[in-house]
Amino acid sequence: MAATAPGVCWVYAVAALLLGCCGVALASGVQDQAEQFFRSGHTNNWAVLVCTSRFWFNYRHVANTLSVYRSVKRLGIPDSHIVLMLADDMACNPRNPKPATVFSHKNMELNVYGDDVEVDYRSYEVTVENFLRVLTGRIPPSTPRSKRLLSDDRSNILIYMTGHGGNGFLKFQDSEEITNVELADAFEQMWQKRRYNELLFIIDTCQGASMYERFYSPNIMALASSQIGEDSLSHQPDLGIGVHLMDRYTFYVLEFLEEIHPASQTNMNDLFQVCPKSLCVSTPGHRTDLFRRDPQNVLITDFFGSVRKVEITTETISLDSNLTDFETKLPKDELATEPLKYAEQLPVAQIIHQKPKQKDWHPPGGFILGLWALIIMVFFKTYGIKHMKHIF
Amino acid sequence: QFQLTVPVAVIFAPGSVPGDLPRPLPFRDEQEMEMSVNLRTSVMSRYEMTYRSTTAQEEAALDADTAREADAALSPLQDTLLGSLTVYVVPETSSLLPQGISIYVGKHRSAMVRAGGGLATLHMRLQQLTQVMSFTPSSITAALSDRVPDNLLSLDARRHLKSSLGYEITFSLLNPDPKSHDVDWAIEDAVNCYVQPVLDKLSLLANFSVDSQILYYAVLGVTPRFDKESSSFLLSAHSLPHVINPVEARLGSSAVSLYPMLNFLLYVPERSHSPLYIQDKDGAPVNTNAFHSPRWGGIMVYNIEAPASSQASFPLHVDVDMVRVMEVFLAQLRLLFGLSREELPPEFLLESPGNEGLADWELDRLLWVHTVENIATVSTTLTSLAQLLDKIGNIVIKDDVASEVYQAVASAQSAMAKLAVGHLHSAFQASKEAVTSSERAFFDPSLLHLLYFPDDQKFAIYIPLFLPMAVPILLSLAKIVREARQRKKEPTKMD
Repeated sequence: MAATAPGVCWVYAVAALLLGCCGVALASGVQDQAEQFFRSGHTNNWAVLVCTSRFWFNYRHVANTLSVYRSVKRLGIPDSHIVLMLADDMACNPRNPKPATVFSHKNMELNVYGDDVEVDYRSYEVTVENFLRVLTGRIPPSTPRSKRLLSDDRSNILIYMTGHGGNGFLKFQDSEEITNVELADAFEQMWQKRRYNELLFIIDTCQGASMYERFYSPNIMALASSQIGEDSLSHQPDLGIGVHLMDRYTFYVLEFLEEIHPASQTNMNDLFQVCPKSLCVSTPGHRTDLFRRDPQNVLITDFFGSVRKVEITTETISLDSNLTDFETKLPKDELATEPLKYAEQLPVAQIIHQKPKQKDWHPPGGFILGLWALIIMVFFKTYGIKHMKHIF
Repeated sequence: QFQLTVPVAVIFAPGSVPGDLPRPLPFRDEQEMEMSVNLRTSVMSRYEMTYRSTTAQEEAALDADTAREADAALSPLQDTLLGSLTVYVVPETSSLLPQGISIYVGKHRSAMVRAGGGLATLHMRLQQLTQVMSFTPSSITAALSDRVPDNLLSLDARRHLKSSLGYEITFSLLNPDPKSHDVDWAIEDAVNCYVQPVLDKLSLLANFSVDSQILYYAVLGVTPRFDKESSSFLLSAHSLPHVINPVEARLGSSAVSLYPMLNFLLYVPERSHSPLYIQDKDGAPVNTNAFHSPRWGGIMVYNIEAPASSQASFPLHVDVDMVRVMEVFLAQLRLLFGLSREELPPEFLLESPGNEGLADWELDRLLWVHTVENIATVSTTLTSLAQLLDKIGNIVIKDDVASEVYQAVASAQSAMAKLAVGHLHSAFQASKEAVTSSERAFFDPSLLHLLYFPDDQKFAIYIPLFLPMAVPILLSLAKIVREARQRKKEPTKMD
């Protein structure tokens, strides 16, 4: 008895110590997580979303891009920080049975072309040259601000490209291509000029992994929908619209993103697991060797959303308020002047009570005349000319 | 290799000369300190100290009652060269400085130090003082942040505004509940009276332009919690980052200009959510009721008192107290630029700059940092441009691009030379010109290189084109050569 009591006490003491340690570890873990939240070092977010295919049967590429646009806007990046390039217009395409809509799911559940889509580069403006100009910043001075990528060294940029591609290239508008080496050089130019802090590159094309093979600039993370030699497949056709609505990889990425809200702590490793081979048929790939941080610590909202670092303002300065020359303001209620009225634009009363105008009679001309002449000729041909005496 | 020189004049008042001076007054001395940023970049800071004793006029000025009056009287007697410092050493028993304060920093470029403790303490205090008033190693490495390996730099260093040729400032009033509050702010007068003096002082640094707007029905992104104890609504610190985004889309920041934008928002909460206070991490309400985001701007919440009688007619007419608002906004503007007064040791007393917003030496601090940053940017830009040209052989450089490059190089060299001598003003102007020229050269639209030809593609294109054409040409050349040789041999044959 005497031996077990101190034994029990000893066990209790050890258990209490372990619990205490766990508590401390948990608290410091929470502290660490809070600090890691601030470790990305970016202050603003940009997104460059590119759809490179034209023609009605490439509806799914436009739907892909618009779905990513919608998620990115929902998570907080404003239009002024998104460069959206769509190579063709599906919403107002004459072949669209539901005009002004672009659906991303069959049964028309989700219209991704809502009321506030702002397309910066449209139709034939989406070329390799314009895309590279946007990335490297070598834009003619007359370009409006919405068409520029004004990122700085503390910007995280999301670049999403979709379309038709092959081993080492991506097709633009069915007439030109961008190669993976050009893309890597463009990113290197961006890095030299410190136009990004971290870059996330997502590509959804056939053989997409070939496009990120040649990157050599630091701080780039890349995701692709298929490996070299594999094709990316589309998700499902809609029988009402008649084309395939989305690509598989982007469809599942979207489902994943719909569950993210601006304060969520989901990290990149979850995004890497998004579309396994059983669902996607192709094998998605990713590349993180150029990225400085561990993907475990990278939040989805670091790239897809715009969560800003804030600090509480604790300092103030003191100003003297007794300064002269404050102009006297005009009194708020102005004196009523004479009532103003519009001049009559249309003589409405006259129009309403108008009688229909008599039309003058014109003899039949043109087609009617020719038709009647034909009938008469046929009649007389058939029945002979002696019947003309019935007329005269 | 940067060399930054700060001319410092140390003036000893009678009775304050330490006993162990190395040489009799007046004399000059130099102190150097080297900071190495990475393998190829190092910054040498040199302080040229001139020691002398006071003149009669300065003695008379130092006889004033308070430090502030003495400072005001002394300022016309100094040379106000940008970047230079003047330090007056007063005797230990002097009553100019209050108790417990040993260093007083004035509004202009001068300071007063209490003597005592010999030369070593004096040197230490002088070093502290010069670091506060001109630049510190951390501020210089922050300016050169893209050359520093990442893990050595603290995260705080990267959040100040980058050096730019101009800034765009927008003041916005957000009124989500116009039915209850009819808010009126005299922004134009407030900008002219309070903001414009600060911007005039900063105009040496960059061009500023100011706009203002009023947005109705603009709500914050988060719903504040109701706190029963204080019967007020609270916004906790971790929900603050999500406040900005829904509003930003409506701020119209894309329409205005290409310069970086600073947004200052004044939010008047709805009647159903009044009063609204911001909580910091410890749960205490913030006394300024404002927060700011680095490189973006600041938000302040302005609470309206509920009307005393319940029969007040809505909408209530509210005149915003612009002095309180502008105090916070200008403080946020200073913090965004990196001028903070909180990290000083306790024996310092800083003179408040009053309506000008910032003291002359704070402007100098900004100028030092921005000049170094500009020169570093120029050298990085030009180096990468040179690398681009080496790698891609067939880019055509137009004449004006070439002239911009030459001008950038010349301006950068002159800026470095002037920094080494200590002329801060002309160094800053030269660095601004250098940055403008180098950006224009680098971002010229004609430099876009699209003609990438890897070797295997080159063969694939040119061989099918030229090989069939080349076969008959080569064969006929061979035939000609054979015939020429035969003709040479024939005379020997014919004999």
